[in-house]
Amino acid sequence: MISLLWLIPALPLAGFLVLAIFGGRFTRQQVAWVGCGSVGTAAFTTALVGREFFQGFPDRESYQQTLWNWIDTSGMTVGISWSLDALSLLMVAVITAIGFLIHLYSAEYMAHDDGYARFFAYMNLFVAAMLTLVLADNLLLLYLGWEGVGLCSYLLIGFWYREPEYGTAAQKAFIVTRIGDTAFAIGIFILFTQFKTLSIQQVQSLATETWPVGSNVAMIVAVLFLIGAVGKSAQLPLQVWLPDAMAGPTPVSALIHAATMVTAGVYLIARMHHLFELAPMVQEVIAVLGLVTLLLAATSALVQQDIKRVLAYSTMSQIGYMFLALGVGAWPAALFHFLTHSCFKALLFLAAGSVIHSLHHEQNIFKMGGLRRHLPWTFWTFLIGAAAMSGVPLITSGFYSKDWILWSVWSSPLSHRWIWFGALLGAMLTGLYSFRLIFRVFFGEVRTQPTGESGLAMRLPLVVLAFLALTVGFLEMPHTLGNVTLFSHYLSHALPATAVLPGIDESSEVREQLAVTVAALLGIGLAALLFLPGSLFGARGTDQSTSHPSVTLLQGGWGFDRLYDRLFVRPWFAVTRNSSDMVDRGYEWLAVCAESCHGWLSHTQTGHVRWYAATIAVGTLMLLGLFAM
Amino acid sequence: MLSTPALVLAIMLFGLGLIGLLSRRNILYMLLSLEIMLNAAALAFIAGGARWGQVDGEIMFLFILTLAAAEVSVALGIVLQLSHRFRTLDADAFCEMRG
Repeated sequence: MISLLWLIPALPLAGFLVLAIFGGRFTRQQVAWVGCGSVGTAAFTTALVGREFFQGFPDRESYQQTLWNWIDTSGMTVGISWSLDALSLLMVAVITAIGFLIHLYSAEYMAHDDGYARFFAYMNLFVAAMLTLVLADNLLLLYLGWEGVGLCSYLLIGFWYREPEYGTAAQKAFIVTRIGDTAFAIGIFILFTQFKTLSIQQVQSLATETWPVGSNVAMIVAVLFLIGAVGKSAQLPLQVWLPDAMAGPTPVSALIHAATMVTAGVYLIARMHHLFELAPMVQEVIAVLGLVTLLLAATSALVQQDIKRVLAYSTMSQIGYMFLALGVGAWPAALFHFLTHSCFKALLFLAAGSVIHSLHHEQNIFKMGGLRRHLPWTFWTFLIGAAAMSGVPLITSGFYSKDWILWSVWSSPLSHRWIWFGALLGAMLTGLYSFRLIFRVFFGEVRTQPTGESGLAMRLPLVVLAFLALTVGFLEMPHTLGNVTLFSHYLSHALPATAVLPGIDESSEVREQLAVTVAALLGIGLAALLFLPGSLFGARGTDQSTSHPSVTLLQGGWGFDRLYDRLFVRPWFAVTRNSSDMVDRGYEWLAVCAESCHGWLSHTQTGHVRWYAATIAVGTLMLLGLFAM
Repeated sequence: MLSTPALVLAIMLFGLGLIGLLSRRNILYMLLSLEIMLNAAALAFIAGGARWGQVDGEIMFLFILTLAAAEVSVALGIVLQLSHRFRTLDADAFCEMRG
């Protein structure tokens, strides 16, 4: 059964090919069957493979499968080869399972769209590329998947290509992530020149053998890989593309820009953890970047008017938590937050899609309100998602993962106290902006009349994801609450355990957990005070947004867009618009020369056969004369 | 040596053919001149073969013979088409393509 591993990425790829070739001739129902079926069977295969992997688990830490040689030149052999270990199995399970639910949801959500087959073709291609990324055994194949998901992200952001601004958003996402991709590629080149191999396992074992901790080469490669991860995961300073990427259809935002693709950076850093452990300074940078991103994004999320942009900033913020965990060496905690985040964030996006769907594509939260009674399924699932994201204690998964991260930040030797306080502030802000959404959208008076609750294909994924968002957290519970370590035990064969400062005792853990709980509840309470209609300040909060300069600054994501526009975009356009270019002059002269020569030589083309015969004869004579001399 | 007069004859034939090709305007005569030039070349090969006692010269002659036959059949077909279209055999009249 485990030898069926190759089927997992092959099935969505086959789905893509079928839809790309025959999609135009299929009915909508057939398209939906192929699109959902390919990902569904991939999820089923994952279950089979995963079962067998677990049966032989502690003895067999990873399973390799080589299909064929992709590139075979002297000194470099790159295979299409898959590698399954605890880390990649976790990723594959999340991608196929949540991917299937989102495909199912899209079957109804996109039902009236013209590009139905095109949509499912792109989505299947995305799943195939993402699976290639996480299953790849060598860095080149990983890079193939890495670029593949970037391409699909571009195609799906610009899915409604008739709107010029959506096309611009797609290009922006592509170009900004491309900066990171280039750095990542240079990192791969350096690794290859050093070790003459691209296999991830060999590269890492060779790196730990030959490079001392903190060596310059390790630092450079780690920084380059970090830039790649930062671009893909929308962290500072390459975060500007994610809010604009919300131009794509909502299921795309759920699958690509929340659950899977944007966490590829987290996966990359976790996969290359041996390398990052050789560069402690870079790890510190990761932690600080994560912290700054999570605070900036959380404050921006507070003032957005578009429901999807709120969720986009919240995604940036939550991935900031994952980076923070990676930075302080809490590898399993980062992956645990990835797992819970992909459940509750996919849920939030799908529920938001359900709201948007029933309001005729209205996305402004100031035009929503009072949907609690009209959309009960959406309301309850959205509430569960928001509660999980803000980390409501004990019952939601988000609490367990965020608490684990904060506890690791508190107890890690790589961390500082102020980082912990920053992360705690972020937890408070998370509660505030999540419940601002809830109170604005589902409470108060009805501002836009909804058309009614969506159908079964949209409700089922919501319910399943809501169940997961509540229960996934029970896989790992802290010492003070039940002490369940299923998740960290499972990942302990793929990732190193979290480093803990000596002399940390359990009483401080209880105090730390209380602080996290209080922060989350404080955020929710503040939201209720400020935004719940009928509460203390609720009436004032219902105004349209103010135009105070600080609010505008936050709405624009702290002005990064304007900064980059001034620094890069405008100077670049100014340079390209400059027509008196010296380099161009040379080429223009060449063109003029060729043109005049052509005019002169074309006089010899008269059309008279005898003229040609005479020139041939004279030419031959001249050649013979040359040889004779 | 026997080959010297044969080569002289070949050169004379080739020159005659070339002059005919350049001076005649009737396309049929031009074809005739072309044939003479081809045969001059073939004669040169025969002479060369005899001089060195090699069979290659005669093989080349056979090749040229077949080539000439093929060329003539194609060329005559074209000439037929041209005379149909232009109602003349004047080679200078066929210059409207300029190529």
